[in-house]
Amino acid sequence: MSAPSLGKDLVGLEHLSAGQLRLILDTAEPFKEVSERAIKKVPALRGKTIVNLFFEASTRTRISFEFAEKRLSADTVNVAVSGSSVSKGETLVDTARNLEAMRIDMVVIRHHASGSAEFLGNRIRSNVINAGDGKHEHPTQGLLDMLTLRDRFGRLEGLNVAICGDVLHSRVARSNIWGLTRLGAEVGVCGPASLLPRNIQDLGVTILPRIEDAIQWADALNVLRLQLERMTAGFIPSLREYNRVFGVTRDRLAKAPKDLTILHPGPMNRGVEIDSDVADGEHSVILPQVTNGVAVRMAVLYLLAGGAPDWHAGASE
Amino acid sequence: MMHPILIRGGRIIDPSRGTDGVADLYLSDGRVEAIGRNIAVPPEAQIIDGSGKVVAPGLIDVHVHLREPGQEDLETVATGAMAAAAGGFTSICAMPNTDPVTDNQAAVGFIVGKAQRAGKARVYPIGAITLGQKGEKLAEFGELVGAGAVAVSDDGKPVVSSHIMRTALEYARTFGIPVADHCEDPTLAQGGAMHEGIVSTRLGLKGIPAAAEEIMVARDIILSELTGGHVHLCHMSTRGSVDLIRRAKEKGLRVTAEATPHHFSLTHEACEGYNTNAKMNPPLREAEDRDAIRQALKDGTIDVIASDHAPHHYDAKEREFDDAPNGILGLETALGVALTELVLRGLLTLPELVLRMSTQPARIFGLAGGTLTVGAPADVVVFDPDARWVVDPLTFYSRSRNTPFGGRALNGVVECTVVRGRVVFDRSAPRA
Repeated sequence: MSAPSLGKDLVGLEHLSAGQLRLILDTAEPFKEVSERAIKKVPALRGKTIVNLFFEASTRTRISFEFAEKRLSADTVNVAVSGSSVSKGETLVDTARNLEAMRIDMVVIRHHASGSAEFLGNRIRSNVINAGDGKHEHPTQGLLDMLTLRDRFGRLEGLNVAICGDVLHSRVARSNIWGLTRLGAEVGVCGPASLLPRNIQDLGVTILPRIEDAIQWADALNVLRLQLERMTAGFIPSLREYNRVFGVTRDRLAKAPKDLTILHPGPMNRGVEIDSDVADGEHSVILPQVTNGVAVRMAVLYLLAGGAPDWHAGASE
Repeated sequence: MMHPILIRGGRIIDPSRGTDGVADLYLSDGRVEAIGRNIAVPPEAQIIDGSGKVVAPGLIDVHVHLREPGQEDLETVATGAMAAAAGGFTSICAMPNTDPVTDNQAAVGFIVGKAQRAGKARVYPIGAITLGQKGEKLAEFGELVGAGAVAVSDDGKPVVSSHIMRTALEYARTFGIPVADHCEDPTLAQGGAMHEGIVSTRLGLKGIPAAAEEIMVARDIILSELTGGHVHLCHMSTRGSVDLIRRAKEKGLRVTAEATPHHFSLTHEACEGYNTNAKMNPPLREAEDRDAIRQALKDGTIDVIASDHAPHHYDAKEREFDDAPNGILGLETALGVALTELVLRGLLTLPELVLRMSTQPARIFGLAGGTLTVGAPADVVVFDPDARWVVDPLTFYSRSRNTPFGGRALNGVVECTVVRGRVVFDRSAPRA
């Protein structure tokens, strides 16, 4: 009878059921329409206070959350904490206690340490939403990728989705793997072995050793950003060679048995992991991903704040 | 005034003589005076009821961090020696990674003096292999030993330079002391927060592969063969290390090894939920590694159990996993974890456990104790191997509380610890 709820926090997709994932995606559908209105605002979170706590630089995710919050009529404060964990004076637990003392309702946290969102969620009563924690998870990115794929294909079940690139350091990859496999998609990972995590196949994914294998196998490619630091840290010899061996190029895509949908979580390194004519091409859904990001984040904020899943009916008032 | 002590009717287990049976143990003038029945004792002798208890040579922990000097808020020589006594240990060896580092005779003498004033468990300093543990210049082993050091180690860090390790092994031969190495290839382990495997992949934490330890174990074994020096391998954690040590022992090399209670009882799954009390170096490994360590303790490939007691302030553990320090307490849970995980499971007999926690540590580090032969030092532990208790870190004598065993039910309660013929811990006495 009772619809699934999300619980207090959203720290990752690993522990969400298929029902909970569908609930978020279905709740996001009507929110898409809000952003298309002339007056992009609904009163769903009026009177709620939300802190966007960003310990790491972020443009897209922070702005996307902020739009989602404002379009739901929440009051928001942005806190950008720069500097490394070593140089900053205050510990995360102290930051958490101070936020709690200000009686806020929700915290959106981006942090360089894996597990920090869960850490925070276990120590404050407010709802915590993970906006990316280290190499662990980036659940709203995973959800917006899933929503975009569902828009494109009408389903997730049975889809072959290849995640390409630096899976080792990617929180986007982990959230995609949990969410997509839970809803019945097949996930492959493709990249140099030095950038694939140990035992990744035990998460129920297929290892695709070469980009050509991924292109033959997949319905969609989710192309990860390759950070420049990976080269200096010795994981790959050069960005140039990476592009030549693993880059998603028009020539390679031309050999695909079907038209591949191309996703990228951004920001892109054009000419490294993805060529410009692919990123800007007709099969790219990179901008629809960004649009869906706002809707998915509205859905998550709304559901965690205790909103009923049948919001759609109430929205037409 | 020290009274003689008669421990009556206990099960006396003494692996040094291969004996195991119910008898009385009489301690006088700081020595084992007699073992048998109906021993005539003077009226002032203190009588301890040993019935239903195990009476064994006091436990010896060759790997402990006491934090003094430098971090006395975490542990001091005195609180560590008291925690040891409460855990059934009569002797502990203090690692030199204090601040300043124990790399000279004055620093060794400081610890010896503090331990004497504390008057609890014996504390044997371990000197540094290199000055400041920097891995560059050998410390003065002769002066360290002269002041009371029983071994050398740069524990906390590996000896990166194979040349320095070779020299240390050669030079240590003069003094007959082991060189205890923390085996870790720093280029493979750098930035790692836990074991590299399925759990680190899921949690998105940088892993430390088993190979980081095994490469250094292999190197140290090769250098032991080259030099004839005694290398002692600290806190072994992988099945690959066990294989390497087994082959070294088959060749008759002077290689000894230790394993910690956490490595033979827990796996990397204890890190789930970013539990910083399961963060240590070397990290908790896989079930196959844990099982190989257990088997190695059974067959003697790993000689001794050592706790790697590593106190940390609760604040330091109450933070992001990446930023939390490595290590857990061990002195007050080691016996309980060993009895529960090894003896209760039928993997080790009680005499085998006493061998690994007392007799062998004394032999390989050349320490007093580890035996109840007549004339031996009166270092004794009396424990109830079947009594069950629940670990409550708030009751620890240690100044710190960091343990992954909090709330766990364990077998084995220490009733009484005797050092030099004096009761230093008595569970029935009111706590000071």
